[in-house]
Amino acid sequence: MVEIKEIPPEVSALIGKVQYEEKTTFPIEMGYVYTSCASVQNGNPLYWEPAVAEELTGGPITPPTLLSAWFRPHYWRPGTTGEQLALQAHFDLKRLLDLPEAIIAGSESVFGEPVRPGDVLTTYQVVRSISEPKTTKVGHGRFWVIDVTVVNQRGEWVGTDTYDCFGYRRPQQ
Amino acid sequence: MSVNTASRLATEVNEGDALPVLEHDVTATTVVLGALATRDWRPMHHDRDFAIKRNGVRDIFINTPNNSAWFERYITDWTGPKGRLGRMKFKMRSSVFPGDHMVMSGKVTKVSTDDAGCQWVELDLAVSVEGKVCTECKARVALPGDAGDNPWSRKGERWKP
Repeated sequence: MVEIKEIPPEVSALIGKVQYEEKTTFPIEMGYVYTSCASVQNGNPLYWEPAVAEELTGGPITPPTLLSAWFRPHYWRPGTTGEQLALQAHFDLKRLLDLPEAIIAGSESVFGEPVRPGDVLTTYQVVRSISEPKTTKVGHGRFWVIDVTVVNQRGEWVGTDTYDCFGYRRPQQ
Repeated sequence: MSVNTASRLATEVNEGDALPVLEHDVTATTVVLGALATRDWRPMHHDRDFAIKRNGVRDIFINTPNNSAWFERYITDWTGPKGRLGRMKFKMRSSVFPGDHMVMSGKVTKVSTDDAGCQWVELDLAVSVEGKVCTECKARVALPGDAGDNPWSRKGERWKP
C-alpha cells in the first residue's frame, strides 16, 4: 500500500475559502452558441429564432450547459506559455497532497439566471471537502469536492458546477 | 406576429414515461466539433496519436461538456423551448469514440411542484453504445404548468433548481 501523507495545515485552511476569482476574458458571444448547437444538432428555437428568445426570455440567451466553457482559457494568448489550465484548485490539490494522478469521478451543474451575449461573468472556486485516504480500483488517494460558482455583472447567480475528484497514486507509484 | 413556443406541459407528463430514443453515429468530426464548441483543447479530444499512446484508449473521445450538451439537446427536444434546465448530475463510466453508434434514452422518475409553484420533472437519462451504458445523467427540468406559464420568467426566490 502506498503511503498517503497527512493533509498539511495550509491545505486544510483552503477548505471553504474563495480562490481564483476571475472574470471571463471576453464578453459572452453567440458564435460559440451556434457551434455548440451544431455539434449536437440542437435545433431549440430559443437559440436559432430571435423572436422566440425575445418572447420567452426577453432576448437571446446561451445554452446552460455551456457554463463551464466560458471560463476555459484561450489555447494561447500573448504573454502566456505552456498549457493553460481550468479548475486550478484541483491541480493545486494534486500538487500540495503529492498525488500525481487524478480523475473527475462525477459532476453536478445547477443553473440559475441565463447567460446572455454581452455578459461579463465572474467565477470563483471553493474546495468544499477533502476525504480521509481511500482505495479504489485505480489507486490509493483522497477524494475532494470543488464548487465553481459563476455570477454575472449584475451580481446574479448564473450557476454552480460541483466536481467530485479523486487524486491518487497508482500501486507502483 | 405570433411566435410558436409550443412546449410540453407538466400536466402531460407522468412518472414512468419514456423519452423517445435518440441515436447518432459518432464520427471524428462529432468529437472534434464538440471539443471546439466547449473550448476544450485537451489533445485526447482531437489528437488520435495522443489518445492512443498517452491515454491508452482506442481513439479520441467525446469530452464531458459536449456530453452535457448532448443531454441538454435530448431533454429540450422533448420539452420544447419553455423547458428550463435546473440541474444535471453525471456519472461517467466509459468513453464514446468515433465509429460508435450512440443511443440516448431516458425516463421520468418524478413530477412535482415546489413551494414557489414551479413544476419540476426529474429524469434518469443514459448514453449507451452496444447496449452498454457509457454515461448516466440525472436531470431536473422545469416545465410550464399551463399554456400561460413560462419557467424562464422565474427569478430569485421563484427559481429553486
